Amino acid sequence: MKKLINNAEDVTLEQLKGFGLAHPEIEVHFDPNYVAVAGGVQNRVAVVSGGGAGHEPLHGGYVGMGMLDAACPGQTFTSPTPDQMYEAGKAVNGGKGILQIIKNYTGDVLNFRMAADLLRDEGIDVRNVVIDDDVALKDSLYTAGRRGLGTTVIAEKVCGAASQEGYDLDRLEALCKKVNIHGKSMGMALTPCTTPQNGTPSFELAEDEMEIGIGIHGEPGTERMPIKSADEITEILATRILEDGAYTRELTEWDSEKGDWVDVEVKDITFQSGDEVIAIVNSMGATPISELYTVYAKLAEVAEKHGVKIVRKLIGHYITSLEMAGVSITLVKADEEILRLYDAPVNTPALRWGV
Amino acid sequence: MSDTTNSEAAVSAAAIRLWLQKSAEVLAEKRAYLTELDSPIGDADHGNNMDRGFKAVVATLSDKEDVGAVLKAVAMTLISKVGGASGPLYGTFFLDAGKPFAGKAALEPADLVTMFEDGIAGVKKRGRAEPGMKTMLDAQIPAAEALKAAVAEGKSAVEALKAAADAAEEGMKATIPMQAQRGRASYLGERSIDHQDPGATSSYLIIRALAEAVAETSQ
Repeated sequence: MKKLINNAEDVTLEQLKGFGLAHPEIEVHFDPNYVAVAGGVQNRVAVVSGGGAGHEPLHGGYVGMGMLDAACPGQTFTSPTPDQMYEAGKAVNGGKGILQIIKNYTGDVLNFRMAADLLRDEGIDVRNVVIDDDVALKDSLYTAGRRGLGTTVIAEKVCGAASQEGYDLDRLEALCKKVNIHGKSMGMALTPCTTPQNGTPSFELAEDEMEIGIGIHGEPGTERMPIKSADEITEILATRILEDGAYTRELTEWDSEKGDWVDVEVKDITFQSGDEVIAIVNSMGATPISELYTVYAKLAEVAEKHGVKIVRKLIGHYITSLEMAGVSITLVKADEEILRLYDAPVNTPALRWGV
Repeated sequence: MSDTTNSEAAVSAAAIRLWLQKSAEVLAEKRAYLTELDSPIGDADHGNNMDRGFKAVVATLSDKEDVGAVLKAVAMTLISKVGGASGPLYGTFFLDAGKPFAGKAALEPADLVTMFEDGIAGVKKRGRAEPGMKTMLDAQIPAAEALKAAVAEGKSAVEALKAAADAAEEGMKATIPMQAQRGRASYLGERSIDHQDPGATSSYLIIRALAEAVAETSQ
């Protein structure tokens, strides 16, 4: 293992310290660990996310004006614990409730839900939207469902802007759910990655092999195949996304009238000719930006063949898996509301425009 | 104490504390084993997480003679120290298990049944899981059923908890041929078959520790 670390046990703490020094406009709180906009939130809904470390800039890099109000980092690839989301939620609550945006991994989902229950016991209204956009997984009947990938970044951007615009909690929750069912992603790996704690790669991949359909925790994908050209790989990912059927699953959400968690059937959109989309071509960590442009060229071509127009794009490192080489593609169907909120000003360490 | 009929206060707060200590001991001892079980179907951290969590439980163990307060403190420690999916699931188990017993210094055999049933109801709800999905519930539910049957027959807490621990052991072994439907293991589909569930295993160890702690304190 060759890494820029001092001691494997301390990496998360040391990285948070550095983040706080580099971004004094963001408050870094330790024990429990969270990062939050300094000064808290006044008179609007607070937007909070979090997850294991190792996906940077997700989520801490998205804390700031027009995006997240707080983010809770766990240990590398390990969910944060409810005390973190509880304290972060109390710190940023501006009296209008909290929207939690959660990637669909069992640990994240359970820890955030528990924190939501604890915050509700304090009289704070909390909603909890799970992002499950990974088309590599076909159905949810016998699994924990599709995982959360790049749509999370768009959901955080759009919901942060909507909170600034004054959306109330009901409307913000509905918006976040809409972004989720409008978004689809898929990723692939050229190399595995190594967590500082384990010290060895999460799986073995021969020089001439690749994994298709990976998550973001170094887990193997749904298929292993011989490595192909950038165009062929992009075509596989883009086609799976663009031709994915209307995925139907049950998601658990808070029913404020019943005062209980309920399972609700949710159905995705399918992309149609004439759709406008926001695209992310995301490096898994080690893949250079130059290669992402090769992928983007082919993605634009495949999208055009499907009659789908890319109207905004992010190309770079947005939701990573340590030093894994590979790429993930995300497409989010953008209606007028999503596009307007996406274009709104944002000022965070990792996303900044309009300011 | 001359006999242990079910009309006597069966389980003191001291016995509950001994249970948690014994749980911590066995989870430390089986740490590598639990992580090994978690490697093929999970993310190879269950033993480390449970060991870390229960070590913290013992370090913060309340000496109150209030079973509800002790169980609540356990829950809050596990929630903040275990992480992953097991933290909130075990945290919820202890939180809901202890709720009816705030202010109570001891538990009757029938209270043990309530403790298990309330804890399990919380885990089912938190994890949106049912029996047969290859989870910790597959050890917990048979244990609760055996406990309830034994108490209904008028068995002592010691005997009823032994029956519960035996049933948990059977339930744990019964997870081997199951296909996982919850958690990270579920993504493996049929490849999750032929592996014993780590959560069911840690649940069995904790239930066995309860049976042993109550047996020791009843002597």
